[in-house]
Amino acid sequence: MGGFPILSVMLLVPLLAAIACLFVEAKPARSIALGATLVNLALGILLWVNYDIGGAQWQFTENVALFAGFNYALGIDGIALLLIVLSTFLMPICILASWESITTRVGEYMAAFLIMELLMIGVFSAQDLYLFYIFFEAGLIPMYLIIGIWGGTNRIYASYKFFLYTLLGSVLMLIAMMWMTGQAGTTDIPTLMNYDFPAGAQTWLWLAFFASFAVKVPMWPVHTWLPDAHVQAPTAGSVILAGVLLKMGGYGFIRFSLPMFPEASAQFAWLIYILSMAAVVITSLIALVQNDMKKLIAYSSVAHMAIVTVGLFSFNVQGLEGSMIVMLSHGLVSAALFLCVGVIYDRLHTREIDRYGGLSINMPKYAVLFLLFTMASIGLPGTSGFVGEFLSLAGIYEVSSLVTLVCTTGIILGAGYMLYLYRRVAFGVQKNADAAAMKDIGVREWLMLGPIAAAVLWMGVYPESFLAPMRGDIAALDARLARAAPEGDAKLAVGTPRAGAANAMPHVGSGHEEEAAEGAH
Amino acid sequence: MNYGISLYLTGPEIFLSISGLILTLIAAWGGQKSARLSTILAAGALVGAAVITANLLVNPSFEQGGDAFGGLYRMDAFGSVAKLLIYLAGIGCLVVTPRFFDQGREYRPEYPLLVVFASVGMGMMVSATDLMTLYIGLELSSLSSYVLASFSRSDERSAEAGLKYFVLGALASGILLYGMSLVYGFSGSTSYLSIRPAFEGTLGTGALLGIIFVLAGLAFKISAVPFHMWTPDVYEGAPTPVTTFFATAPKVAAIAMTARITLDAFGNQADAWRQIIIFAALASIVVGALGAIGQTNIKRLLAYSSINNVGFILIGLAAGTVAGASAMLVYLAIYVAMSLGSFVAVLMMRDKDGKQVETMADIAGLSRAKPMLALCLAAMMLSLAGIPPLFGFWGKFVVFQAAVEADLLVLAAIGIAASVIGAFYYLKIVKIMYFDEPADVVTGENGIAHWAVLGVTAIIVSPLGYLLTKPMGALADRAAAALFAVV
Repeated sequence: MGGFPILSVMLLVPLLAAIACLFVEAKPARSIALGATLVNLALGILLWVNYDIGGAQWQFTENVALFAGFNYALGIDGIALLLIVLSTFLMPICILASWESITTRVGEYMAAFLIMELLMIGVFSAQDLYLFYIFFEAGLIPMYLIIGIWGGTNRIYASYKFFLYTLLGSVLMLIAMMWMTGQAGTTDIPTLMNYDFPAGAQTWLWLAFFASFAVKVPMWPVHTWLPDAHVQAPTAGSVILAGVLLKMGGYGFIRFSLPMFPEASAQFAWLIYILSMAAVVITSLIALVQNDMKKLIAYSSVAHMAIVTVGLFSFNVQGLEGSMIVMLSHGLVSAALFLCVGVIYDRLHTREIDRYGGLSINMPKYAVLFLLFTMASIGLPGTSGFVGEFLSLAGIYEVSSLVTLVCTTGIILGAGYMLYLYRRVAFGVQKNADAAAMKDIGVREWLMLGPIAAAVLWMGVYPESFLAPMRGDIAALDARLARAAPEGDAKLAVGTPRAGAANAMPHVGSGHEEEAAEGAH
Repeated sequence: MNYGISLYLTGPEIFLSISGLILTLIAAWGGQKSARLSTILAAGALVGAAVITANLLVNPSFEQGGDAFGGLYRMDAFGSVAKLLIYLAGIGCLVVTPRFFDQGREYRPEYPLLVVFASVGMGMMVSATDLMTLYIGLELSSLSSYVLASFSRSDERSAEAGLKYFVLGALASGILLYGMSLVYGFSGSTSYLSIRPAFEGTLGTGALLGIIFVLAGLAFKISAVPFHMWTPDVYEGAPTPVTTFFATAPKVAAIAMTARITLDAFGNQADAWRQIIIFAALASIVVGALGAIGQTNIKRLLAYSSINNVGFILIGLAAGTVAGASAMLVYLAIYVAMSLGSFVAVLMMRDKDGKQVETMADIAGLSRAKPMLALCLAAMMLSLAGIPPLFGFWGKFVVFQAAVEADLLVLAAIGIAASVIGAFYYLKIVKIMYFDEPADVVTGENGIAHWAVLGVTAIIVSPLGYLLTKPMGALADRAAAALFAVV
C-alpha cells in the first residue's frame, strides 16, 4: 500500500459524508450515506486483502504529532483488522435497514450513523492511549442522539441510562490511563502492552479498566442499560449496538486489561468467571420469559458476551481465539436477528411475540433466514456460533471444569429460548389476521440479510479465513500471559505433539474436548 | 526605581485607564446617542491593551518578567496570558451587547466605559504582587461589576441582582481585608516577596487564620462553594450580556489572582491551603452539579455550571505544581470559550417580538426551528460536560493529569466521578433541544455579531480545537513557570 494512509481515509470518508448529510434533504442524504459506507466497506476489504498475515505485528501505521500530550497514531493488528471489517460490513446494512423506516430528520440520522462509523473505526485503529479514549467516549454522543431522537416511546429514559452508565464506567479508566502514562512515560499502546507495571498497581489499574469494559461488554450485573437501550433504539441502532459497540468492551479486555496487567488479570480471573457464570445462567433464564423480541435478543447478547469474557480469561490460545470468533459471530448473528425483528416490526409495528405466529406460511423466505440466524445463535455446527463457542469452552475447560459446566448450560438454555422464540413467531397457526397478511421480504431486505447469512456460513464452514490474520497476535498475547496463567484443573495430557497450529485442534482429537462439545449440543 | 520601565510594564493598564477617561468625556458630552460609538471605541481600547500585552509577552528583554513600582506590580508571562484572556473575553462580551438593549432603549455609553474600568481592575488583580495593589484592583473591578449588574434600570430583577452582589461583595471584601490584615500582622509586610519567607516552617494560628480569611474572600470572588450563593441570583437577574461578562473575564481574573497569591505569597505553606482548596474544589463540583439539576432558567443553570467548572479549575490549583498552574490556564481558556459561546447562544434566543427567552421549556425542540443554533449550544453543553471529542474534555484532562502527577489520585478519582453527575443536566439541555416536541417560541432573527462570536467559540470547542493544544500548552507552561520563577 506504500504510504497511502488508508486508515485516515476510512475516518475521513464518513466524516465528510456526515457533514454533507447535515445540509441536504432526505433523499440525497440516504444516497450519500449508503455511498460513503460502501466506499468504506471497499476500503475495509482492501485493508483485509492487503493485510500481511505473518508480517509485522502492527500494520498500516500512521503517526503524526498533532497534539500536545498525545499523538494521532493509527495502526492495526489482526484483531483490530477483523473488528474494523465487521464494522464496515454492518454499516451499509444499517443504512439500508433505515431506508424506509426513518422518515423524520433523515439527514441528521445519517450523519449520526456516519459519525458512529468514524468513531468505531477510530477505536479499533487507535494506537495512542488517549486517542483511543477519545474515540471510545465520543461514541456515546451519536448513540445518545440515535436512541433519543429516533427511538421508541420510552427512549429518553433509555438514552440517559445508556449515556450515564457508560460514562461513569469510563471516567475512572481515564485516571488509570493518566497514572500509566506518568509511570511508563509513553502513550503508545504497543509499548504499553509490553510494559510491566508493578503488580500492586496493576490491581487498581485493572479494576479501573474493568469498570469501563464491564459496563460496555456488558457483564452481569451492570448489564441493565443494554435491554433498555436495545428495546428503545431504532433497528439500525440496535444492530450497531449489538454488532459493534459491545465488542469495544471485549476489544478493551484483549487490548488493554490482559496484555498490560497480566498478573492482575490472573488475580481477578475468579471475578470474571463468577460474573460470567451468573450472566450465562441468569440472563438466559430471563430471556426465556420475555414477550418482547428485542429484549429477548438483548438478554441473549449478555449471555453470549459472557462466553466471550470467560474465553478471554482462560489464558490460552483456544480461549482467546474462540472469544474473538464469538465476538465476530455474535456481531453478525445478533445484528441479523435485530434486522429480522426490524423486518416484521416495519410491517406490524409491534415487537410483542404474541402478535405474530405462523409466519413461515406467508413469509417462507423470511422464515428460512430467521431460522438460519436462530441456529447460528444457538451454535449449530456449520454456523459461526459453533466455532466460537466450541473454542472458548475448550479454552476455559483447561482452566476450570466447573466454569465450563455452568457456561455450557448457557448453550442449552440458548437453544431453549431461541427455539421457543422461533416456534412462537414462525411456526404454529396464523392466529393474527394482520400478521398473516404480511408480505415476504423484498429486494432491499434480501440485500441486508443475504450477505450476513453468507458470512455466517463462511465463518462456520471455513473459520481459517478469520483465524489466520489474528493467529500471530493471539500467540503473542498468549506468550505474554504465560507467566501469569492460572493452573488448570483439567490437566489435559497431550498425546503426541501436534504438528499444526494451535487452532488445528479439531483434527487432533483430544478426548475431553470432544466430550465437552457433545455435551454442549 | 525606574519610572520609564515601570510605566512600560504597566502599559496595558495605563492605556486602558486613559481610554476609559476619554470614554467618560465622550459619554458626558455625547450623551445617549454616543453609546454605539463608545462601544466600538471600548472594544478598540481592549484590542489595543491586548496588543500591548502581547508585545510585553514576546519582548525578549522581559522574558522573565519584571517588577514595577518597587514590587507592587509584576509583569510576567502568567499575568500577560491571563490578561489576554480577560481582554479577549471583554471584547467578545462588548460585541454582543448593544443588540440586547435595543428593545428597551436602555443602552448607554456608560456600559462600555464600565467594562473598560473593570478590565483595568482585573489587569491589576492578576499582576498584583502586593496585597494593596491586589485590593485596589479587586475593588475597581468589583465596583464596576456591581453597577453593570443593575444596568437594566427598569428591570427589578436587575436591580435586585446589583444590590445582592454589592452587599455580599462588600462582605467578602471585608473578610478578605481582615485576612490581609492578619497576614500583614504576622508577616510584617504586604508584599508577596516578603510574606513568602516570613511564612516558613510551622505556621502560627493567627497567620493560619489570615490565610483562611484571605482564601474565603477569594472563594467568594471565584464563586467557589461554600461562598457561591450569590452566583445564581446575580447571573439570573443581571442582563444577559452582563452575565456573559461575569462568567468570563472576572472569573479569569479572580482565579489567576488566587493562583498567584497561593502559589507565591503562601507558596511555603502549600499543605495549609491545599486542604481548603481541595474541599472547595470537591464541594463546588458536587454542589454545582446537584444544584443545576432542578433549574428551569437557563441562566441559573449556567450559573451552577460555572460553580461546577470552578471546582475543576481548583483541582489544578490543589496540585500546586507548575503542571497544575498550566492546566488551570488551559482550562480557563477553554472555559472562557465555552461560557462565552453558551451565553451568546442564550442571547440569541428571542421570540418573534425580539424578547429574550430564558426558560428551559421555551427552547424545547430548538433543533428543528434553529438547527445551527441548537447544534452550537449542544456542542457547548457536551463540551462543558467534558465529553470527548469536544474541546472541554481537554480542559478536564490536563487538570486531572496534573492532579494525578501530583499524587492526588483520590481527589482526581472523586472529582472525575462527580463530573458524571454534572453530565446529567448538560444532557438535559441537549435532550430538551433535540428530543422534545418543538415549542416554537424561539423564532427571532439574529445579527452577524452574535453569529460571529458563536461561530468562533464553536470552532474552538469543536474537535478542531485540539489542534490548538500545542501552542496553548506551550504558552500555559511558560506562564506557569513564570509564576514559580518569582521565588
